[in-house]
Amino acid sequence: MALRHHFKTKPFGVSVRNTSVIGWLLASPLSLVLLVFLVAPITMIVVVSFWGATEWSIYPAFQFDNYAFLLTSDVTYRVFLNTLKYAAITWVCTLLIGFTVAYYLAFHIRSLTWQIALFLLCTIPFLTSNIIRMISWIPFLGRNGIANSTLISMGVIDEPLEWLLFSDFSVVLAFVHLYTLFMVVPIFNTMMRIDKSLIEAAADAGATGWQTLWHVIVPLTKPGIMIGTIFVVALVMGDFITVRFMSGSQSANMGRLIQNDIALLQYPSASATAVILLITVLLLIGTLLRFVDIRKEL
Amino acid sequence: MEPRPKSFYVLSAFFVLFLVFLYGPTLTIGILSFQGPGGGLTFPMRGVSLHWFRDLFEQQAVGDIWGSFRRSFVLGLMVMVTTVVVSVMGGLAFRKRFAGATVLFYLIITSLVIPSILISLGVGLIWSQSGLPVHWSSSGFGAQLTWTLPFGLLIMFAVFNRFDRSYEEAARDLGASPWQVIRHVVLPIIAPSLIGVALFGFTLSYDEFARTLLTSGSHNTLPLEVFGMTTNVTTPVLFALGTLTTVFSLLVIGIFLLVVWFMNRRRTRHGSDAGQGLV
Repeated sequence: MALRHHFKTKPFGVSVRNTSVIGWLLASPLSLVLLVFLVAPITMIVVVSFWGATEWSIYPAFQFDNYAFLLTSDVTYRVFLNTLKYAAITWVCTLLIGFTVAYYLAFHIRSLTWQIALFLLCTIPFLTSNIIRMISWIPFLGRNGIANSTLISMGVIDEPLEWLLFSDFSVVLAFVHLYTLFMVVPIFNTMMRIDKSLIEAAADAGATGWQTLWHVIVPLTKPGIMIGTIFVVALVMGDFITVRFMSGSQSANMGRLIQNDIALLQYPSASATAVILLITVLLLIGTLLRFVDIRKEL
Repeated sequence: MEPRPKSFYVLSAFFVLFLVFLYGPTLTIGILSFQGPGGGLTFPMRGVSLHWFRDLFEQQAVGDIWGSFRRSFVLGLMVMVTTVVVSVMGGLAFRKRFAGATVLFYLIITSLVIPSILISLGVGLIWSQSGLPVHWSSSGFGAQLTWTLPFGLLIMFAVFNRFDRSYEEAARDLGASPWQVIRHVVLPIIAPSLIGVALFGFTLSYDEFARTLLTSGSHNTLPLEVFGMTTNVTTPVLFALGTLTTVFSLLVIGIFLLVVWFMNRRRTRHGSDAGQGLV
């Protein structure tokens, strides 16, 4: 892959101060968008989380009621644990599938053209609608769906399985379906940069295929795994629509709590939950970022 | 060529299964959208017809689908252009040292990992509390940028990580001004990647749901319209709409891929080795 040699030379006649100004100008549209649509909304949510609410309106205040209610209700803890459970199970599934697919593409497909073609085939669904991809599980998993009728005709079961659709199973299945790509892409990217002579060296030194995989490829792929993990964890922790749709509103995660409060116009309470969710996600991602330098690994 | 190891066949089978898993459900609703007029949401097919597609074109049957499609399309284009311009500028900025670069970088990461509903909620609150009219082309547009820009920038970082700066040095040695270097050297070399950024900008916006939920106002975008339908439509018309939307997405992806392919071919034909440093 790329020989990445950076020329760290400074052009003549351009002072460092000057480049700094130009850099700042170039970055200003980006900064502006992020200030207005990221920093300001977060600030607003934090502020509103201390506000009060009546049944039909919200009013400025500085009270801890919303947090006190959240942190003393065992619903919060149950839902919080459920959110983590979804993230953990989805992470394991997407990692195993994503790693295997990336490994196949990077080490078993020999021509670059085929690698690119198959890689594109894996990424195209990411560019189509998530909601429609969720809807498309209905004919599979429904009571009279393809899965049940196939199993019945094969004689495996007598009655349709009720837990296929609108259950934790279907929620995790949809997550895996939607987000495995986020593992495949970064892991494949990292694997493509592994120097193939290292693998030959391992083989020459007498390593079996598994030993090469475990002691050479997996350690070298860690940055890709970390980036994939960041994506999957962030997406699953912050989701509300997949859980709502695929569980038939029977399970909840933090996002669903927020969305329920929003539907009831309880914005302060929704904001407090949002703050707790944001802190959790940022702590998790912050921890993961300690293991990988994203900018270097791209 | 050496013979394939046994693991190749096992992994090939796994890969095929993965593709079936990825595409199977979408293909199924594609088939089911041609369900006969008496058919339901699953097999068996009761005849083959265009009944449900025809239903889509009758306004009153399923809400304002075409209006929402138009809005999503326009919004997608707006987000696409903005994402390309802002990402290129941002990518160029990060090649220089400037005050606050680290903070800005972490903001980009935050923008990527923040739960979408927080953007929706926060932007919605700001707009409603300050009395601004919530509209897909203002608040919705900005909310979507917080999702497309990080992707655009990550692509730009990847591009500039692999960028051979000696091309720029050569141009500068020949007396090119900084603007000329960008215009005639950097931009042509990174052009294919910009097509990628544009593709991401358009499709991510076109499919975005959560960030537009509270920020698009009374006029729905297409994903919001589709989601609304899931709660009250129980006929294959839902699949027909899903199929049309997916076909449209695939068309867009196909067009972008063709453009990249043509650009690369033209480049090879002209015998320029520009961009070789990108591989």
